[in-house]
Amino acid sequence: MDTTAAIFAVAVLVPVAASLAAIPLKPWPRLQTAFGAGGAITGAVAGLYCAVQALLSPAPATWNAPWSMPLGSLSMSMDALSALFLIPLFVLFGLGALYAVEYLRPIPQGRNAAIPWFYYNTLGVSMALVVVAANGLLFLVSWEIMSLSSFACVLHDHEKEGSREAAWIYLIATHIGAAFLLIFFLVAGAGVGSLDFSSIARHTFSPALSGLLFAIGLVGFGSKAGFVPFHVWLPKAHPAAPSHVSALMSGIMIKMGIYGILRSMTLLGHVQAWWGFSLIAIGSVSGVLGVLLALGQHDLKRLLAYHSVENVGIIALGLGAGVLGVSYGIPQLAFLGFCGALLHVVNHAFFKGLLFLGAGSVIHATGTADIDALGGLIRKMPLTAAGFLVGSVAICGLPPLNGFVSEFLVYAAAIKGIGAHNGPVFAMCALSVASLALIGGLAVACFTKAFGTVFLGEPRTAAAAHGEAGPYMVIPLFVLAAFCGIIGLAFWKLVPVFAQPVCILTSLPKADVVSELSTFAPSLSGIAIGCVLFLACTGAVYLLRNRLLNKRTVGASPTWDCGYTVPGPRIQYTASSFAQPIVLFFRHVLGPVQTKHMPASTFPKGWSFHSHVPDLLLDNVYTPMFRLAGGTLSKLRWLQGGRTQAYVLYITITLIALLLWNFVWPR
Amino acid sequence: MAPLSFSCALSPALALACAPLLTGIIAKTKAFFAGRKGPPLLQAYSDILKLLRKGAVYSTTTSWVFRAGPVVSLGALLACCLLMPFGSLGAVLSFSGDILLFVYLLAVARFFTVIAALDTGSPFEGMGASREVFFSALVEPVFLVCLLALSGPAQAFSFQNVVGKGAQFSLVPAVLAGFALVVIMLAENARLPVDDPATHLELTMIHEVMVLDHSGPDFAFITYGASLKLWLFGLIVVRAFLPIHAASVWIDSLCTGAGMVVIGIVVGTIESVTARLRLLRVPQLLTGAAALALLALLAQQGALP
Repeated sequence: MDTTAAIFAVAVLVPVAASLAAIPLKPWPRLQTAFGAGGAITGAVAGLYCAVQALLSPAPATWNAPWSMPLGSLSMSMDALSALFLIPLFVLFGLGALYAVEYLRPIPQGRNAAIPWFYYNTLGVSMALVVVAANGLLFLVSWEIMSLSSFACVLHDHEKEGSREAAWIYLIATHIGAAFLLIFFLVAGAGVGSLDFSSIARHTFSPALSGLLFAIGLVGFGSKAGFVPFHVWLPKAHPAAPSHVSALMSGIMIKMGIYGILRSMTLLGHVQAWWGFSLIAIGSVSGVLGVLLALGQHDLKRLLAYHSVENVGIIALGLGAGVLGVSYGIPQLAFLGFCGALLHVVNHAFFKGLLFLGAGSVIHATGTADIDALGGLIRKMPLTAAGFLVGSVAICGLPPLNGFVSEFLVYAAAIKGIGAHNGPVFAMCALSVASLALIGGLAVACFTKAFGTVFLGEPRTAAAAHGEAGPYMVIPLFVLAAFCGIIGLAFWKLVPVFAQPVCILTSLPKADVVSELSTFAPSLSGIAIGCVLFLACTGAVYLLRNRLLNKRTVGASPTWDCGYTVPGPRIQYTASSFAQPIVLFFRHVLGPVQTKHMPASTFPKGWSFHSHVPDLLLDNVYTPMFRLAGGTLSKLRWLQGGRTQAYVLYITITLIALLLWNFVWPR
Repeated sequence: MAPLSFSCALSPALALACAPLLTGIIAKTKAFFAGRKGPPLLQAYSDILKLLRKGAVYSTTTSWVFRAGPVVSLGALLACCLLMPFGSLGAVLSFSGDILLFVYLLAVARFFTVIAALDTGSPFEGMGASREVFFSALVEPVFLVCLLALSGPAQAFSFQNVVGKGAQFSLVPAVLAGFALVVIMLAENARLPVDDPATHLELTMIHEVMVLDHSGPDFAFITYGASLKLWLFGLIVVRAFLPIHAASVWIDSLCTGAGMVVIGIVVGTIESVTARLRLLRVPQLLTGAAALALLALLAQQGALP
């Protein structure tokens, strides 16, 4: 027990301490990088060791500080649920650090190379603390450190106007979410008298209060997870951050929202059916809208950011099914739903991390993230292209990779629900199946678009020129790709690991969960066999093709072009034209904007066409809302005159008012 | 239930052997309507064999992705054949949820066909690819809902219960889902009224234009894969309309085989008497199919009278 705590302390302290120690070493940027990356990787390895141990042990590892905190004790606990989030966290944290060694080069003149490392390492460590916190106050403090360090990471390119705007939107969004979380813990703790998770979990809330708390938590955690309509910060913040940070933010940080929802459900006790209904509704809207908005994007990282919205949608579909299973007493539904959602959390961290790192390599090499300016990169960057292809196949949920397994579990849960002879469950599960299938189809459209436009064909502009990324940036891609493949093919062996977290979530006895698991085992081994057969068939066809073409004439010629023999790269289909039919079909949801100057008159002079898909929610709801708030609140500006004396006066007045209040209504 | 049973190898063997025949039947039917003699019934086999004997030409723009496209697509379709029972003859691989694997393997085939098309840099192929991913994204949910309606309530979601031995017939859902499945079969297999396999204008094509640059064995794989796909969809449609539960496997298989011939004739007839829809109208056709599928699912649940 104590050794685990000590190793976890290494995981938490070393990354931060190393990067702090590097700050004064400004004249030696290489040494600073070595400190930052070395600290992060050491922490990741130590953390991974603890997480794997906690996942395999039946009892949670707990650690209580010998000193106390207001409203409870400074305690941490690492159970199987925490461990399941910690494993992808530390994997991605370590690989991201390795990647950043090269990605952050060259260091701009006058910058201190240790500062980005400090923020990155703090972000990684604070997320680990969020997951192990067993006290509301500690949770909130870690949550705030996570938010602020990621805000600082988003500001990496602070000289760019776009980066500052993105960071600003992110800061506001994350604090609105945090405000709800503060209310959540205050309300939950008020009845209990303590913010310790163990005390809150022992308390029985009335159904109305626990429903209210769930709703508050759903807003607070949902805004971090990126559920529609709280997703607007994602497509701003992810592209602005450096790619290794985007990978960590998209792969792990938004999952902290999911973790929060799960943990709050274990704290609130009796789950109610409407929680499941709302999760499935939110999940289908987030999933479908996320992928549709992604289809309309031209910026590679913005596209990936919208896909995160889609994927948390899929996770919410699984969670919703799980909650329905618990509240209606259908254990198989509960098991499959939660298991699918948890596996998708892990899977998404791997393939989205892979895709963001791949996108980062593209940006690093070409200097642009504009998909329509790229093309043909597979020849210059074959390894990055292969990695990105694996990520694309995985995120579309295609066999034989990991995305398929988790989507399969969520599907299986929904199909169980359809057969459950329960009207509302049937309706929600049918919605779930239809949205999953639509999401799957549209994701294929989106990733063939992204991969096809960026890596295939001919370069569209001169931007697509430089060579392959170096080993520091390529190795993490391949490690993540390997994880995608291993989970895809070997999940039927790994599934018992999910029994313990599912027990925590469903409060079912472990024996029941294990027996559910064994009834589902043929399906899991079935998909593994199916995937192996698919690979075997593909291999056989490949060998046949090679044998047939052996000793035959294999010619090379330009692409068949309808007689026009000198096609410029500009005649290629662009990402926008590829997605246009879909965007047009869903125009009422997406509201695409087209600006065109059509050729007119006999001798037309200039013409142009430009289209983009805006975020209607941001443009039509949030921007007016915040403008209104800004306008209204600016009338209070006189309070904020900039004179310190006045501020001291405010503080004094507040203190006196509180004192008076205490005298008038003593406890 | 052991998921793998090699004693059922007859189902995929029939698919591998007979799939091109189905295209032959369609061509014969179309020739009949046009008052022509038409190509021989076994023309598709000769085409594939001829292509297999040829060399290949690759575009200088393309990379290994272009070469992987037909190989992975055919690999995925072959794996799909292993999941599909032929009437009472079971499938080689059968488990609860095999339908999902089937649908996603088809998506793998599509993914690689599409990126192979984009690898050529040709605007025509980009156009076809764009349409293909759009229409199949709309088809996918409809297809799954149809299969849910056809599989009995609270049973394993497996082709065994939709196409194979475990299929239970209830009239209303079967007929509603059957009609939706016909639309899906036509849309997924590049058939009229969604796509015209015989057109000569690249601008109007979907599937054919995606594979313009493939040649030799690669193109043979694509042609063969397309006929396999039509065969697999045909089997599902046949069992929706023809829920034979003959005691003898032979009679059952004969009925299914006869059903496949009818499918060929029906597709040929549809192709002869309808025009291709404007591309903008295709989503409406698919939405109609979605409505039918949803009604079928409700009927299966007993929500409809």
